[in-house]
Amino acid sequence: MTDSNSRETAALGIGAYLARHMREFGLLFALIAIMAFFQIVTNGTLLKPVNVTNLLLQNSYIVIMALGMLIVIVAGHIDLSVGSVMGFVGALAAVMIVELDQPTWFTIIVCIFAGGVIGAAQGYWVAYWGIPSFIVTLAGMLVFRGASLWLLEGQSLGPFPREFQLIANGFVPDVFPSGLGAAVADMLGQRQVNMLAFSVGLLAAGVIIWLELKKRTQNKKYGMEIEPAAFFWSRIGIVAFALVFILFKLSTFRGLPNVLITMGVLTVLYAFFTERTVTGRRIYALGGNVKAAKLSGVKTARLTFLAFVNMGVLAAIAGMVFAARLNSATPKAGFALELDVIAAVFIGGASMSGGVGKIVGAVVGAFLMGVLNNGMSILGIGIDYQQMIKGLVLLAAVIFDVYNKSKQG
Amino acid sequence: MSTLLEMQGITKEFPGVKALDKVDLSVDEGEILALVGENGAGKSTLMKVLSGVYPAGSYKGNINYDGALAEFSDVSDSEERGIIIIHQELALVPLLSIAENIFLGNERAKGGVINWRETDKSTVDLLRKVGLSEAPGTLIDKLGVGKQQLVEIAKALSKEVRLLILDEPTAALSESDSQALLDLMLELKKQGVTQIIISHKLNEVRRVADKITVIRDGRSISTMHARTEEITEDRIVHDMVGRDMEQRYPTRERKSGEELLRIRDWNVYHPLHASRKVIHDVELSVNAGEVVGIAGLMGAGRTELAMSLFGRSYGQKVTGTVEMHGKPIDVSTVSNAIEAGIAYVTEDRKELGLILDETIQRNITLANLSGVARGQVLQEATETEVAERYRKALNIRTPSVFQKTVNLSGGNQQKVVLSKWLFAQPEVLILDEPTRGIDVGAKFEIYGIINDLSAQGKGVLMISSEMPELLGMCDRIYVMNEGAFVGELSAEEASQERIMSLIVTD
Repeated sequence: MTDSNSRETAALGIGAYLARHMREFGLLFALIAIMAFFQIVTNGTLLKPVNVTNLLLQNSYIVIMALGMLIVIVAGHIDLSVGSVMGFVGALAAVMIVELDQPTWFTIIVCIFAGGVIGAAQGYWVAYWGIPSFIVTLAGMLVFRGASLWLLEGQSLGPFPREFQLIANGFVPDVFPSGLGAAVADMLGQRQVNMLAFSVGLLAAGVIIWLELKKRTQNKKYGMEIEPAAFFWSRIGIVAFALVFILFKLSTFRGLPNVLITMGVLTVLYAFFTERTVTGRRIYALGGNVKAAKLSGVKTARLTFLAFVNMGVLAAIAGMVFAARLNSATPKAGFALELDVIAAVFIGGASMSGGVGKIVGAVVGAFLMGVLNNGMSILGIGIDYQQMIKGLVLLAAVIFDVYNKSKQG
Repeated sequence: MSTLLEMQGITKEFPGVKALDKVDLSVDEGEILALVGENGAGKSTLMKVLSGVYPAGSYKGNINYDGALAEFSDVSDSEERGIIIIHQELALVPLLSIAENIFLGNERAKGGVINWRETDKSTVDLLRKVGLSEAPGTLIDKLGVGKQQLVEIAKALSKEVRLLILDEPTAALSESDSQALLDLMLELKKQGVTQIIISHKLNEVRRVADKITVIRDGRSISTMHARTEEITEDRIVHDMVGRDMEQRYPTRERKSGEELLRIRDWNVYHPLHASRKVIHDVELSVNAGEVVGIAGLMGAGRTELAMSLFGRSYGQKVTGTVEMHGKPIDVSTVSNAIEAGIAYVTEDRKELGLILDETIQRNITLANLSGVARGQVLQEATETEVAERYRKALNIRTPSVFQKTVNLSGGNQQKVVLSKWLFAQPEVLILDEPTRGIDVGAKFEIYGIINDLSAQGKGVLMISSEMPELLGMCDRIYVMNEGAFVGELSAEEASQERIMSLIVTD
C-alpha cells in the first residue's frame, strides 16, 4: 500500500499529471469554458468592459464572504448566518448614516466592530461549548434577519451620501498623466485607456509569473512533483493573460473599481494567511483532525472562535459593499446569500468534513457562479431555470470531487 | 480431514505493484490456520481476493472451495457460501442494540416487518455461544471493545458460517479479553467451524493455530504444521522478516543521569463523574538517559495518567506538581507542556496522532511550527528539509514526504508521529503503546529510536501492555493498577511474574 501511490516524483507525463490534478485544473477550465460559452451565445456582451465591471461589482460581496467561509469550512464548521449578518450590518450602516447623521468613517468602524462582535457571539458557543455550528448559525440567521427588519422597521432606508457609495461604486482615479493614457488608447484603437488599471493588470500578471517560477525552481530543488513544462507555461499563460485582459477591459471603461482593490487585497492577504502562516496551517490541522491537532499543541477552541470572528468581520464588510452598491439598505438584503457563498466554497474544492480547501479555489468558485448568473441574465433566462442550473452545477462539482477522490484512493 | 479451501497461485496486481505473487494457501475442514506476515506483506489483499472484494477475473489463480472452483463476484456471494470476515475495524453500529446489529442486513422479518421476539430469542442463543450474557437490547456503545469483538463473532455465527476469518482480532483487546477470544476460537473449532486468523501476536498464533502460513512481500514463504513439527517464535519471525533476528530488543548502554521529570501527588478525577477519582496520588520520576516503563492491565489508568500530565488532556480537577530539572513547570495546556519539554506519543495514532489527509511533512512539523517559520511566516524550504531529515533518520518508507500519511503502513505512520515529537525537541517523551499494531521489523526500528533518545540524554516514559517489551527495554518499571502505582521494580528485579503478582495482590 505504501508504494502503490506514486514512486515517480518529477517529470510526469501530461496525461498522468492532469489525471492527478484534475480538480484544480478542472475548476479553471470550467470557468474558462463557461466564459467562452456565454461570450459566444451572448454575442460578446459578457466580456464588454461595462459588463466585466458589473460582474466584478455584482460578485464582490460573495467573494469577500467566501474568503471567511472558506476558513470556517476548512476549520470543520459552517456559517449559515452570513447572509443575515450582511443584511443586518447594511441596515446598521443605513440607520447610523441616514437617520443618525454619523460620519462615514465612524460608521465603517462601528459596522466592522459589530460584525466582529456578532461573529464572536456565535463562535463562542461553537468553540467553547461545542454546540454544532450548523445550529448556532441557523439560530443566528433567524436572529439577524429579524434584527435587520426591526432596525429598518420593515422599510428600505437610503440614499447614502456619496462618500459611502464610493465603497462599492467608486473608481480609483488614474494616477498617470492623461496624455499617456490617450497615447496608448490611440495605439490600441480604444476610446480611452485608464493607465492605472492597465498597469495593475500587467504588474499582477508579472508578479504571478515570478512567484510561480520561484516556486517551480524550489519544487525542483526538493524533488517535489512538478508539472510538465508545457502544462506549467500554458497554465501560467492563461492566468496571466486573463488578468491583463480583464484589467484592460476595465481600463477602457471607468478604470479600477474600489471594490476590486478591496477584493484583490483581501484575496491575496487571505491566500497568504492560509497557505504560508503558522496560524493558517493550524486551521487546516484543526479541520483535518481536531483531536490530533489539540494534542499537538494547537489551541483548537480559540482558533475556531477566531474563525467565526473573522467571518463576522468579512460579512460586515460585504454588508457595507452591498448597501453602498444598492444605495439603500433593505430588509431583504442578503436573503439566502449564505447559500451562494457556501456553494462557491464547495465548488472551489473545499471538503465538507474540513481540512481541505483553498482561498483561490473559493474565489474562482464564486466567479464561476457569478458568470453563470450574469450570463444567464443577459440571455434572459428566468430565475427559475437559473436556480436549477446553479444547483446542478454545485452538485456536479462535488460529485466530481468525490469521484476523483475515490479514483485516487 | 478434507480440504475446505485451497487457493492456488493467486497473483494480484495493482498499477505498478504486484501485491500478491503466486500465493498458495490451504485450509482443512475444522482447522485453524494462522496467516502471519509483516504489515504490507499482502495478508489483507489475499483475504480480499478470497471474499470477493476483488471479484473473480481481477486476479490470476484458482480458489477451490468446498470441492469446487469458486468465482465470487462480490462479498455477498462469498458470504452466501459461508465465508465471513471480521475486520480489524469493527463494523458495528454503535447506537443500535446488540440484536439489531447481529441481524443487520439479515433481519428476522416477514414482509419487511421485523419479528422482534424471534430476533431477541436468536440473539440470546448466539450470545450464549460466544459467552456473553448481555441483554439483546443493550447498545453496542455500552460494550467494551472485547465484547464488541464477540458480538461480531455472534453476528458471523448467525449467518451459518463455515469459514470464519478474523483479521487481527486481538489488536485492540486487553490480555484477558484476548484470552477469552482465543478460547472461543478453540471452542468454535470443536463445533467444526474452520477459521483463519491474521495476527501479529505470535504467542497467540502458536496457541490456537493448527497450521501457520507465512507470507512476505506478496509471496507465500512457508507453512508449518503444529501437529507434526515444533514451531518456535524465532522460526516464524525468521520467515516473516527474511533474516534472523538475533535479538528482539537492541542493546543499550544503561546509564541514568540527573533527574529530569518528577511528579508528585498527582490526582485526577473522571471527566464526566466529578466524584470519581481515576488517578490516585501518583509519584514518579524519570532521569536523563533512562527508559522508564509503566506496566499494568488495560484500564489501569496509564493512558489517563499520561494524558492528564500532557496539558490536562484527560480528566478534571487535576492536582499535583510537575517538576523538570527540579523546577516546577506548568503543564496546564498542551502547548505549555510542549514548551516545558514534554511530548506525548499517543496510543491511537490514527485518531489522536495523525492528520491522515495531510502530508508526512505537514504532520511532522505540526507540533513545532515555529521551528520552520520566521515569525508567523512558514518557510517551506526549511520545512521540507526538516521532514527529509526525519524521513532518513527514522527510515520512513515512502516515495516522498509529500505523501499523505493515510497511505502509509502502521509502522511508518508511527515513525511519522515519533518524528513529530522528536522535532518538538522534548526532554521527556511519554510513549503510549509505541509498537501497537506494527510488525516485527518496524518494532525493532522503533526500539532503536528509543535507545538513541536515551543515548542523547532524553528521558523516556513508556507505557506498554506487552510485558516482554517493557522487560526488554526499560531500566525501571512502575506497576500501575486501578489508578495507583502499586510497585516499582528495577530492570534486574522485574519479571512478568513479579509484575503480575504486584497487580493481583493489590
